[in-house]
Amino acid sequence: MTPSPEVVMDIYTRMLRIRRFEEQVGKLFAEGQLPGFVHLYIGEEAVGVGVCAALRDDDYIVSTHRGHGHVIAKGGDFNRMMAELFGKATGYCKGKGGSMHIADFSIGMLGACGIVGGGIPVAVGAGFSAYYRGTDQVAVSLFGDGAANEGSFHESLNLASALKLPVIFVCENNGYGEFTPAERAMNIQDIAERAHGYGIPGVIVDGTDALAVYEAAAAAVERARRGEGPALIEAKTHRRGGHAEGEAAFLAGQQYRSPEEERAAQEKDPLARLGAFIIEREIAPASHLETLDAKIVEQVTAAVEFARSSPDPSLESLYEDTWV
Amino acid sequence: MIAAIQAALAEEMRRDPTVFLIGEDVRLGVFAGTRGLHAEFGDKRVIDTPISELAVAGTGVGAAATGLRPVVDLMFGTFLYLAFDQIANQAGAMRYMFGGQTKLPIVYMTQNGSGSSAGHHHSQSVHPFFMNMPLIKVVMPSTPYDAKGLLKAAIRDDNPVVFFNHLSLGGQRGEVPDEEYLIPLGKADIKREGADVTICAAGMMVHQSLKAAAALEADGISAEVIDLRTLKPWDEETVLASVAKTGRFIAVDESYPVCGGASEWAAVVAEKGFSDLKAAPRRISSKPVPIPFSPALEKAVIPSAEEIAAAARELMAVAAR
Repeated sequence: MTPSPEVVMDIYTRMLRIRRFEEQVGKLFAEGQLPGFVHLYIGEEAVGVGVCAALRDDDYIVSTHRGHGHVIAKGGDFNRMMAELFGKATGYCKGKGGSMHIADFSIGMLGACGIVGGGIPVAVGAGFSAYYRGTDQVAVSLFGDGAANEGSFHESLNLASALKLPVIFVCENNGYGEFTPAERAMNIQDIAERAHGYGIPGVIVDGTDALAVYEAAAAAVERARRGEGPALIEAKTHRRGGHAEGEAAFLAGQQYRSPEEERAAQEKDPLARLGAFIIEREIAPASHLETLDAKIVEQVTAAVEFARSSPDPSLESLYEDTWV
Repeated sequence: MIAAIQAALAEEMRRDPTVFLIGEDVRLGVFAGTRGLHAEFGDKRVIDTPISELAVAGTGVGAAATGLRPVVDLMFGTFLYLAFDQIANQAGAMRYMFGGQTKLPIVYMTQNGSGSSAGHHHSQSVHPFFMNMPLIKVVMPSTPYDAKGLLKAAIRDDNPVVFFNHLSLGGQRGEVPDEEYLIPLGKADIKREGADVTICAAGMMVHQSLKAAAALEADGISAEVIDLRTLKPWDEETVLASVAKTGRFIAVDESYPVCGGASEWAAVVAEKGFSDLKAAPRRISSKPVPIPFSPALEKAVIPSAEEIAAAARELMAVAAR
């Protein structure tokens, strides 16, 4: 099922929002303006957005350390995200979470997670909750190829399958667990194969094709809503940047990807691909996309302004949000 | 004891439809605490799982974050090691880390402690790990009465609670009234009043301490035995008030000495009750070895009533400063 022009434009808009936000974050980090470290989602936008476009606001997602894009894909707010990255009181988590722990429960975004594979069981719990309460909500667990080698992945797929829970496991296979290539970390080509070991469907999609991701996700979501249980989607994608921004400092000159490979990754740009599709199919003219882009850049700039002018958390807040 | 646990679970499940029980063999109930509940509450609320501690603990987190009140049965305390990430990194932090966007009303229920020749993998006292996590509550009852009231309070608590039953106290008998009652978390109970020495303990060690107190009485030494019941947050006030009265303090805990329960209690008494002390506080903990299987060796590892009584006599012999 090809998505409607409205859905295509919605997907493009969310992807562009991620791209411009992340570019700004990369720039701020390079300038030394952000505390901690950040993991950018550039190059993988089609996965999170393709999936979230197939969800309702009351569906759940659980994210990863590379979570900015997932928050935006689910409908998150630039200002509160940027403020969180600056560690400010106005941030999503009042400055207590930071880049790897942004959550927005009001839109079913149950949090990014700094532990590889740590979010997968949480998504199973959210799916269990939907089943228990008798709603037709679904829960999506987003994780990388690295997490597919964690015990939590295997336990969670099996548990969700045994209990037939509405959970969609989405593996963003960008080919690297931090700096180690996937082929050195596993002896199979396709993580989707692992689904069969747990008695659930496993499909592979081109993770640079947002519409293909959307279609695969929509099918899995419909199936889960019908009570037919979980599915695993493996989206083959590319991390255009490094594992973390500023990684050159601790790589100390060592290379873990060849320049050819990096170039190939740059060429498979999911955003440019969808933009070309929109123009070619005359869903919108190039001028419209440019206007949209300018508007988003303005919003990002405003978010940086909002974050900078926001106060630091008060020391009194240190003991707030502890025990209920 | 087992009947008290069963009653607490059944009453709370009847009262609140968001309460459910999940874990390995909960239908059958290996330690019997969950036995019979499936017959009343059915498949949806009493859920048998694969042996996947990490995923089951995390299922509790996700369910709690989305409006339910899971009771997660993890069978043996040592199995909590397999679930550590979900308890320490997720349950123990999500509310704070996400700026208060959610609450996490989860009870992790398990069996702790030694004395059954179960070998090291089924005999440890793992509670200090959880006492060390700032936002986890830790409960350890010693009697059926306390177990029921504390478990009901733990289920109603909006925070993650690790609830430790003692492996060797399953058959413990005691009065449990028919009418409903709750025991607030964080309140100690003076199980025996005394004037000369304060003995602070929880779980099985309360019984060893009471035995020691009875023996000491024959020597003319009056020991006060405080059952902490909740190990975090723990009732410093009751303990310090007792020490102010007796001037002598013995902390007895079944975990190991380094960073164990006894270390925490003795440290706080030394810090806040120093001027009341007639002698240095004492710690009695399990011997720092893996729990051996042979009954003869296992008995030597666990703090005994004799050891506690001997420590009390030594404290009484210390010349007043």
